[in-house]
Amino acid sequence: MRSLLRTPSAAVLAAAWLLAGAAPARAADDVAALRTAALAATCASCHGTAGRAVDRSVVPGLAGMPRDRFIAQMKDFRGENTRKATVMHQLAKGYSEAQIEQLAAYFAAQKP
Amino acid sequence: MIDSERSLSSAARRQWLRGAGAAGLAGIAGAPLLAGCASAAALPGRTRVLVVGGGYGGATAAKYVRLFSGGRIDVVLVEPNEAFVSCPASNLVLGGSRTIADMTTPYDTLAGRHGVRLARDTVAAIDAAKKTATLASGATIAWDKLILSPGIELMWDSIGGLKDANASGRILQAWKAGPETVALRRQLEAMPDGGTFAITIPEAPYRCPPGPYERACQVAAYFKAQKPRSKVLILDANPDVTSKGPLFKKVWAESYPGMVEYRGQHKATAVDAKANTVKFEVQEDVKADVLNVLPTMRAGAIAVQTGLANMNARWCGVNYQTFESAVAKDIHVLGDSIQIAPGMPKSGHMANNHAKVAAAAVVAQLAGWEVNPAPMLTNTCYSFVDAKRVIHVASVHEYVAAEKTFKTVAGSGGVSAGPTELEGEYAWNWARTIWADALG
Repeated sequence: MRSLLRTPSAAVLAAAWLLAGAAPARAADDVAALRTAALAATCASCHGTAGRAVDRSVVPGLAGMPRDRFIAQMKDFRGENTRKATVMHQLAKGYSEAQIEQLAAYFAAQKP
Repeated sequence: MIDSERSLSSAARRQWLRGAGAAGLAGIAGAPLLAGCASAAALPGRTRVLVVGGGYGGATAAKYVRLFSGGRIDVVLVEPNEAFVSCPASNLVLGGSRTIADMTTPYDTLAGRHGVRLARDTVAAIDAAKKTATLASGATIAWDKLILSPGIELMWDSIGGLKDANASGRILQAWKAGPETVALRRQLEAMPDGGTFAITIPEAPYRCPPGPYERACQVAAYFKAQKPRSKVLILDANPDVTSKGPLFKKVWAESYPGMVEYRGQHKATAVDAKANTVKFEVQEDVKADVLNVLPTMRAGAIAVQTGLANMNARWCGVNYQTFESAVAKDIHVLGDSIQIAPGMPKSGHMANNHAKVAAAAVVAQLAGWEVNPAPMLTNTCYSFVDAKRVIHVASVHEYVAAEKTFKTVAGSGGVSAGPTELEGEYAWNWARTIWADALG
């Protein structure tokens, strides 16, 4: 099974959990990884689990998207000169800049 | 209220960590999990997480507890149906551009790829104090966390005569997609040109706010192509269209002129199946050739029976941070069964998002971690106004700890400018993707 918790900053949650009495710092990483994975899961309904698009998808997959590209696109969707879109300009405005940074790092670390 | 930041006792946490470490992919007390062989194996006597209901909420929750825990938390999913049949998009079956098979996804990937144990059964009783569930087959399963996603119960008795009229197959609901969807399509096919289809809508809240209006469009699209002298009547208990109102009204006026008629303030009270007539609280009776009567709805029967429907005896109050029941510890309720916060529709997309917040909370709580103080939800509801063109409503919701509720993020969300075929492509893509996200 592929873990959803692959991030650049934290080891896979699962690995840490196997160590009974994991160090507190490691546990904090795991907590953060879980929260990031849960945030990214709000994108999955339309873009696929962990950002992996379904076959013949007409919306782009997000897994493996370079971090800067993700951030630039979200900024375009959120900007005053809103990028022409059907839905994303409305959804992108629901996420803070910090959340967009988190999502960008998460998706960049996912295998496409 | 339950304290959502409650941790497991230190003893329980040690036991959990030891169990996870010692048993690897097995739960601490469960039998080893054999992915792909779940259907052949006997059900375990206990499980860390028991999910009840395999719809948009429950299937997603089962999968995401497995994913978020790296396969360390064992999950049993109880669902009576052989396969998942989507309500969203199923109005296309009535319009004739899709079949019920197009709406259907098997459950086996949840077992084969994700190690969820499937029990094709229903839950007959839940003991919240003993933390057990008894299945209709007689088996009892003990759980540490119960995730309940039972959908809605149609309150037949809210409309006189409807229960018998439905049981006889005369007046259908087709609000739970499946055989009734196909049967309603057959009634429409059998109706002569020049006939009338009437749909009655209960007072909000009900499952899928735009669904009845989308259904009216789909039936009108079929009539326009095949039975152009026919009529579609929308009889709404609400004062006005409850979702995407201006968009739907524009479609009815421009695409189906003289065919679709909307009447607000029509609260159905009784049906006469022999006369094909609906009676209303105030307004005149309405007779139609094909009647589609949607009664008042409430949380799924098992939630009501367990005493979880604490809001007007209809909906289940939850702690929105975790979706834990307001009245029962360690029972999390998802989807259409919950008492919604303002702006949170009862939709499949919402249930899918509830499930992810709940799954992350359950994993955190079982690990003894603080739960996420700021969970997020999104919603996108697409409606097909004919076989190809679609309109949507979308929103983003953030948990506001100070008010203990979800609020729509200021400036986010909105609706389509108008129906387009491009959104039609996105809508079908949405359906394929969210089915895969929940079940694949």
